[in-house]
Amino acid sequence: MLEIRDLHARVEGKDILRGVSLTVKRGEVHAIMGPNGSGKSTLAKVLAGHPSYEVTSGEVLFDGKNLLELEPDERARGGVFLAFQYPVEIPGVSNAQFLRLAYNEKRKHLGEEELDPLEFKDLLKERAQIVEMDAGLMSRSVNEGFSGGEKKRNEILQMAVLEPKLAVLDETDSGLDIDALRIVSEGVNKLRHADNAIVLVTHYQRLLNYIVPDYVHVLYKGRIVRSGGKELALALEEKGYDWIKDEAEESQPSAASA
Amino acid sequence: MSSIELLTNKEYKYGFVTDIESDMIPRGLSEETIRLISEKKNEPEFMLDFRLKAYRNWLKMEEPQRWPNITYPKVDYQDIIYYSAPKQKPTLASMDEVDPELIKTFEKLGIPLTEQKQLANVAVDAVFDSVSVATTYKEKLKKHGVIFCSFSEAVHEYPELIKKYLGTVVPTNDNYFAALNSAVFTDGSFVFIPKGVRCPMELSTYFRINNSESGQFERTLIIAEENSHVSYLEGCTAPKFDKNQLHAAVVELVALDDAEIKYSTVQNWYAGDEEGKGGIYNFVTKRGACRGRNSKISWTQVETGSAITWKYPSCILQGDNSIGEFYSVALTNHAQQADTGTKMIHIGKNTRSNIVSKGISAGKSNNSYRGLVKVLAGAEGARNYTQCDSLLIGDKCGANTFPYIEVSNNTAKVEHEATTSRISEEQLFYLRQRGISQEDAVSLIINGFCKDVFRELPMEFAVEAQRLLGMKLEGSVG
Repeated sequence: MLEIRDLHARVEGKDILRGVSLTVKRGEVHAIMGPNGSGKSTLAKVLAGHPSYEVTSGEVLFDGKNLLELEPDERARGGVFLAFQYPVEIPGVSNAQFLRLAYNEKRKHLGEEELDPLEFKDLLKERAQIVEMDAGLMSRSVNEGFSGGEKKRNEILQMAVLEPKLAVLDETDSGLDIDALRIVSEGVNKLRHADNAIVLVTHYQRLLNYIVPDYVHVLYKGRIVRSGGKELALALEEKGYDWIKDEAEESQPSAASA
Repeated sequence: MSSIELLTNKEYKYGFVTDIESDMIPRGLSEETIRLISEKKNEPEFMLDFRLKAYRNWLKMEEPQRWPNITYPKVDYQDIIYYSAPKQKPTLASMDEVDPELIKTFEKLGIPLTEQKQLANVAVDAVFDSVSVATTYKEKLKKHGVIFCSFSEAVHEYPELIKKYLGTVVPTNDNYFAALNSAVFTDGSFVFIPKGVRCPMELSTYFRINNSESGQFERTLIIAEENSHVSYLEGCTAPKFDKNQLHAAVVELVALDDAEIKYSTVQNWYAGDEEGKGGIYNFVTKRGACRGRNSKISWTQVETGSAITWKYPSCILQGDNSIGEFYSVALTNHAQQADTGTKMIHIGKNTRSNIVSKGISAGKSNNSYRGLVKVLAGAEGARNYTQCDSLLIGDKCGANTFPYIEVSNNTAKVEHEATTSRISEEQLFYLRQRGISQEDAVSLIINGFCKDVFRELPMEFAVEAQRLLGMKLEGSVG
């Protein structure tokens, strides 16, 4: 479904990704881990098409099509979803209004009839249960005055409404207490099925206790330096990132000097 | 970081000119001009006196070019035609006698005037250049005791009411443009809601400037007697001309005990081209007097047009417990300039005022909020809340807030909050990541920003206002 080949990208003139390659198949969950500043969030934003990030070389195929030449909204309508690390506030626009607009854009794209506010309300009510979201949050402005946990739940609610083929969750666990982490993770697990794929970007292993990945990749200095199964995450938890760093720098001295 | 570039102005769709024969007087302004206007309108003596007094005041006054945050070349007041009226029969027995060209013009503007097509539940007074050409539902309203007619007609039919109220809210020497208007105004609307009547439909005036050489100086007077209620709407457009045209209107509102007046404006005068050539100078004085106890006056404005807007719809809160409200969206794009806001003068006890101002600046435009909250010594328990928000699109535009607060009573509570924000790349990216197009994303953010004002507008107007803002900012973002 997703094929990233030797991807290089920069932001504000600084090279961040230096040759990332990754293949994600339908039904798989991949975790991208790594120390701070290794390029995890950059990878997530490049996939979604953030205008501040410039791809300098490499390619990304999504369902066989060149993802990089599509506008962010085209990627989204095509089934790419990014759960933001820092969800943005949109004052004066109700959550329900925003979600319906987004949902109907997708339906239009698929050639389906748009839902009116009443029909959508029913759908929203049903999906909100997935993340135990309070109905009161639907009539409030998008993310405005939401707690950290509510914002993250709202991201997963959007995922539940839009049902993407590929969901990239950028540090969805950050800033969550243990109860919120459980609710969010259970929500993601309910949305996980054989036809979609999930990429979890996370610094900590604890999220992976709840959402168990099929593959774990360690990103360091803009490259994937190690891949493995879920046991790799446990090893990282135990030993920290230092041994990976040492290993990576022994094998690739050029990365260390850059 | 890619910057948000200015969204280009969509073609102004009301920019057409109606080809119609006009009765005009020579350009220029003098006592002679004023006598001529008064004579053409066959006015009683008291009106001529009112005009001449205003003119003599005007001659002694100075154009307010220094304090507002606007710049424009000096207006040549001798180069304006002060009276231009489409030629038609002096009195019309019915709508069928209105020149078909005029009916067609207003139809094109979305204001059908003929009996068969009239808007349901909205009575319209259509003003074309210097005169009112038609007023719909006049008879139906009369049955409820409501008077809704052109100002000229009111001068003849209800001279006592005119004498009693004209110039009592905005005196002839109030300011430069109000004095000019008082001297040369040619028409406008008159509304009278008698005691205890709730006006059964929305009243509306549609202003159209057609002649490239004439200014428009109209006068609106609305009187709501004890315990009455009226909602009034105003709309305006003009053709595209390279030359600037002056629009200097005066609106006076009077609310007696327990009366309520709701006044809404969607202003879409021609704004000039991208370089700032042409467009209307909108120099307008609007003021309401809450004379009675528990009276209420509400101004809601959506200002999207005009090369320059200079306008401060205000409330004089004289009656105890009276309420003044001002809800405003002012959008400037390209080279437009706006200096707009309100004045709330608290005189009576427990008077309350609420100000919500939303300024949106794009292009290289300049958008200023200027507001005065004044609490006089006798205004025990007065309260004001002011919220001023500015939204910037791009980095070549300007937004300013000039709040003036004068409080002479220590039981008064005055609150002022102001914010300035930009449509951020992050907001746009977030919305686009959910499949919403760039244009829809911008429009969603702007409508969200204006929500507190839009919800004060009558339904049809709110829809129109949202559409208008979207249209004004339509284009591509870089």
